Amino acid sequence: MSELSVNHLLGIKYLNKEDIKLIFETADHFKEVINRPIKKVPSLRDITIANLFFENSTRTKLSFELAEKRLSADVINFSASQSSVKKGETLIDTVNNILSMKVDMVVMRHPNPGASVFLSNHVNASIINAGDGAHEHPTQALLDSYSIRERLGDVKGKKVVIVGDILHSRVALSNIFALKTQGAQVMVCGPKTLIPKYIDKLGVKVETNLRKALNWCDVANMLRVQNERMAVSYFPSTREYTQQYGVNMELLNSLDKDITIMHPGPINRGVEITSDVADSDQAIILDQVQNGVAIRMAVIYLLASKIKQ
Amino acid sequence: MSQKVLLNAKEVNIILHRLACQLIENHNDFTNTVLIGLQPRGRYMANRLAQMLKEEYKIKNLQLGHLDITFFRDDFRRSDKPLEANTTEINFLVENKKIVFIDDVLYTGRSIRAALTAIQSFGRPNEIELLTLIDRRFSRHLPIQPNYKGRQVDAINEEKVIVHWQEEQGEDAVYLINK
Repeated sequence: MSELSVNHLLGIKYLNKEDIKLIFETADHFKEVINRPIKKVPSLRDITIANLFFENSTRTKLSFELAEKRLSADVINFSASQSSVKKGETLIDTVNNILSMKVDMVVMRHPNPGASVFLSNHVNASIINAGDGAHEHPTQALLDSYSIRERLGDVKGKKVVIVGDILHSRVALSNIFALKTQGAQVMVCGPKTLIPKYIDKLGVKVETNLRKALNWCDVANMLRVQNERMAVSYFPSTREYTQQYGVNMELLNSLDKDITIMHPGPINRGVEITSDVADSDQAIILDQVQNGVAIRMAVIYLLASKIKQ
Repeated sequence: MSQKVLLNAKEVNIILHRLACQLIENHNDFTNTVLIGLQPRGRYMANRLAQMLKEEYKIKNLQLGHLDITFFRDDFRRSDKPLEANTTEINFLVENKKIVFIDDVLYTGRSIRAALTAIQSFGRPNEIELLTLIDRRFSRHLPIQPNYKGRQVDAINEEKVIVHWQEEQGEDAVYLINK
């Protein structure tokens, strides 16, 4: 087994094909581990990891914490709302204070794009980006690709459409990088106002008609409309968005083939996806959550093995 | 680098038969015993013994598993080479079972220490025994000894004992290599 080519996981764009393959193969082993009667291994018992969440999160935070605990790492949690950040402390000061308590690795979510890259240049610890603004969310993209691989056998050659709020989505950008690196075809679909200009420069197709997009794809990754990041209105009403870009069972049944439905969560049931679709056999939403723990264990394990004693 | 044959195919075969008979002597019809091959190198030997017990000694319902110990090793971040994981295939609980660990070479005993921890993820066994083809005595770092051994070898640290299996290298043989 080779090593990762990077010392931090800042974004998918810094990974190559072999890195992704190595992460998936390692995750296969951890997936077996988390399905054992006793789901813990002692590999990281001398590693301390700080989870710094400067932005709200449920799934990602729980998933990272569980992954760290399954690997026997010591874990400290920090959320910005209850910290001295509110008193005016800078990011580097906050992190350096935490690192002076002998922390080896930092998992960070931050509202500003590039925060994890900035941090990796200024502090001496392994950094994992758990989402930086609308930039990247690498572990989500890895678990999405891993789930496609699990369901369809391979990512290469598959057609994946990412539907919804592409403009504000770090999941979309990381997924585009991950899928393209592995040789999948990618399309984005949504209202024109929510698709960034020049996104076709990344080598993705752009489609504004959902039915056409679904007819083309093998997998549809449905994104949430990120109202909290919208200062102005990007579409007339939620109702109109749902009519044009919401997936329901009727629409799925009218397609020529069965496609796989994914969602990174949290779901707004009845907006981008109806309940019957979310709970159907075509949806792999809960598999994605389970795979998230295995993928994060793999990433943490592989990065930890590069921390010198 | 010099190389010496410690055991040839015929000798390996005789030893495997002897070990199979010793197992039968202690475990009778294997109703409460499971064989666990330690990945990566113990897998071939465990498969071979299991096949022999089933086909030649007519043992029915023999349970065989393979255990990977990578995540339980004590040299994570201490070894020069990255640790390579293998698959674990244990499709049964080991609660109250008698386990026989099977590996090709017993050297420092550290792998067995890791295996003793790793197997606890699958329940609390009643008893664990160790079977190895080669026992490199006088080189143990831990107080671990085999219950069944094929051949005892006195080798110095600079020497390496390598086991070849038909399934992997195309021949059954044990070599002593002087680096």
